[in-house]
Amino acid sequence: MNPDTDVRGYVSPIEVRRAHLGDAILAEWTKMRSVRSTMWTLGALVVVVLGVGTVIPWAVRTDAPGPQGDPPLAYGFFGVLLGTVCVITLGALSFSSEFGTGLIRTTLTACPSRARVLAAKTAVYFCLVFALTLVLTVIAGIFEVVIINSPNPGPTVWAPATVGVSVYMALLGVLSLAVGAMVRHAAGAVTAMLGIVLLPLVVAMFLPRPLSGVRSVLLNYSIPSQLVSFYGAFGGFANGSQPSGWVSLWILLGVVALAMAGAYVALDRRDV
Amino acid sequence: MIEVEGLTKRYGRKLAVDHLSFQVRPGVVTGFLGPNGAGKSTTMRMMLDLDNPTSGSVRINGQGYHDLPDPLKHIGALLEAKAMHGGRTAYNNLLCLAQSNRIPRRRVDEVLDMVGLTAVAKKKSKGFSLGMGQRLGIASALLGNPEILMFDEPVNGLDPEGIHWIRNLMKALAAEGRTIFVSSHLMSEMALTADHLIVIGQGRLLANTSMADFIHQNSRSYARLRSPQPEQLRDVLRDAGYAVTEAGGGALEIDGAETERLGELAAEHRIVLHELSAQRASLEEAFMQMTAESVEYHAHTGGEEPGGQLPPGGGWGPEQAPQQAQQPAWGQGWNQGGRDGRRDKEI
Ligand SMILES: Nc1ncnc2c1ncn2[C@@H]1O[C@H](COP(=O)(O)OP(=O)(O)OP(=O)(O)O)[C@@H](O)[C@H]1O
Ligand SMILES: [Mg+2]
Repeated sequence: MNPDTDVRGYVSPIEVRRAHLGDAILAEWTKMRSVRSTMWTLGALVVVVLGVGTVIPWAVRTDAPGPQGDPPLAYGFFGVLLGTVCVITLGALSFSSEFGTGLIRTTLTACPSRARVLAAKTAVYFCLVFALTLVLTVIAGIFEVVIINSPNPGPTVWAPATVGVSVYMALLGVLSLAVGAMVRHAAGAVTAMLGIVLLPLVVAMFLPRPLSGVRSVLLNYSIPSQLVSFYGAFGGFANGSQPSGWVSLWILLGVVALAMAGAYVALDRRDV
Repeated sequence: MIEVEGLTKRYGRKLAVDHLSFQVRPGVVTGFLGPNGAGKSTTMRMMLDLDNPTSGSVRINGQGYHDLPDPLKHIGALLEAKAMHGGRTAYNNLLCLAQSNRIPRRRVDEVLDMVGLTAVAKKKSKGFSLGMGQRLGIASALLGNPEILMFDEPVNGLDPEGIHWIRNLMKALAAEGRTIFVSSHLMSEMALTADHLIVIGQGRLLANTSMADFIHQNSRSYARLRSPQPEQLRDVLRDAGYAVTEAGGGALEIDGAETERLGELAAEHRIVLHELSAQRASLEEAFMQMTAESVEYHAHTGGEEPGGQLPPGGGWGPEQAPQQAQQPAWGQGWNQGGRDGRRDKEI
């Protein structure tokens, strides 16, 4: 009890095994599975992708032979497009809800490395969205093929429509996570992401004719048009000159990398 | 051991923390005292590497916070605002913290038991009362069984039993040789728990002293007299060599004098006394006097300012009934607004 003792008076009996990224990932996984908002948004994703993926083929099935240009898997696009809203919302909440509740302070005192926290959240959310979307798109795809009663398309059709779309969705989720870290406000982050997804299309629709060059760029590179490109030429959603599926992935990956860098800087520089 | 060196934080034009330097030593409870807005919470946030200092540095056992491999095993903190997700159960809130620092799962049950929340471990923390929330925060601070513990106004919102519990907990933790750093704006609270005292006002260091020294220096005793013949009494006292100061309400005060002698003196001169009492200036007053110039958020109730009630010039002010009644109002009203605004949203 001598106030002048300079020695380390107390040594924690808990064994010190240096924590690493894996521990942060485990912690983020616990966070993810222990809030109800995860169940709600991912539940909505399941309903939307499977529901729309079966209802639309069901509806068009009655119209005699299916439209020749549209491969059966392409009907899954609408469900996936709606599903982006769920993925964006949950991703945006990942950081912004921590800022909203003050939990971020606890998180960062436990793990002062901003890079590690960002990496752990990104890894958990990417894997979760990828795995779930993959399962859902495969199931929805099987439904579509069976309902339309079309011959099974080859792997070159299946791969982009399942794996490609799932990676794209997961990247979108990770992008909104990064936006959430920069915006720090749940509603703001969701709105910003919905803007990123929808605004180019909406703006393109209202652009006057002299700006048709800008218009076609906006149309081609808007997120829905890039998403549709995973299903091959389909439905005239865009004019067919949009980047093909795998190119879309690279584009989004670049955007995500930039957003991640921004998120890291925001977490590192700004007070919490 | 925490070493703070020239710590400064500027928010825009406002200097919240102004070149603070001090050390927090192990084995004792160090009280961190200052009026509302003095910069206590800001200092603590900078210690935890949450806010970036404008200049200066903090070292935890010789290391920067950033360099601690698993910080929860070195330092546990209870911050001012609730820092948990209300939609998660108490158990899960602690579990994710434990996992991030490789703390075994059974430790979660241990700390829940320690703070008495075992029964509500599986309940969502947003339904918790202020006191339960505070206990959960303390559980998270104890999770890594750390050597350093930092509490930002831990007794805030607790009932007397809870306050008693925290007090004993802090003392017990310090007795184990840990470093305890606890902020408060209540001197009376600190007098009961702290062994060492660091006082700040408007971000500046005002005192860094042991509690015993502070008490010794600041608990002045004096005698107080009231009489219907004040002039006569004053003359008599002056003639007897006492330094008399006039307090409000026609009362006279004499530093360090014995009441027996004063009573006898009055009797000898046949002066009627209405009051003759021994008084002791409270530590709270000493604290208020010390920070009077730096209090930012005065309560303007009844047109009285806390600083203004203290007698001008030198010594600590006398104890006065109206002032005592005033004390809870001072500072607390402002504080409450921020803290009651519940920040935990369910998402
Ligand atoms: N994020 C911020 N932006 C701007 N000013 C801030 C910020 N945080 C704190 N301040 C200001 O810094 C000063 C110190 O605030 P701080 O919360 O550290 O005081 P405190 O000593 O903890 O007070 P209290 O006893 O009321 O908790 C206050 O004047 C406050 O208004
Ligand atoms: Mg404070």
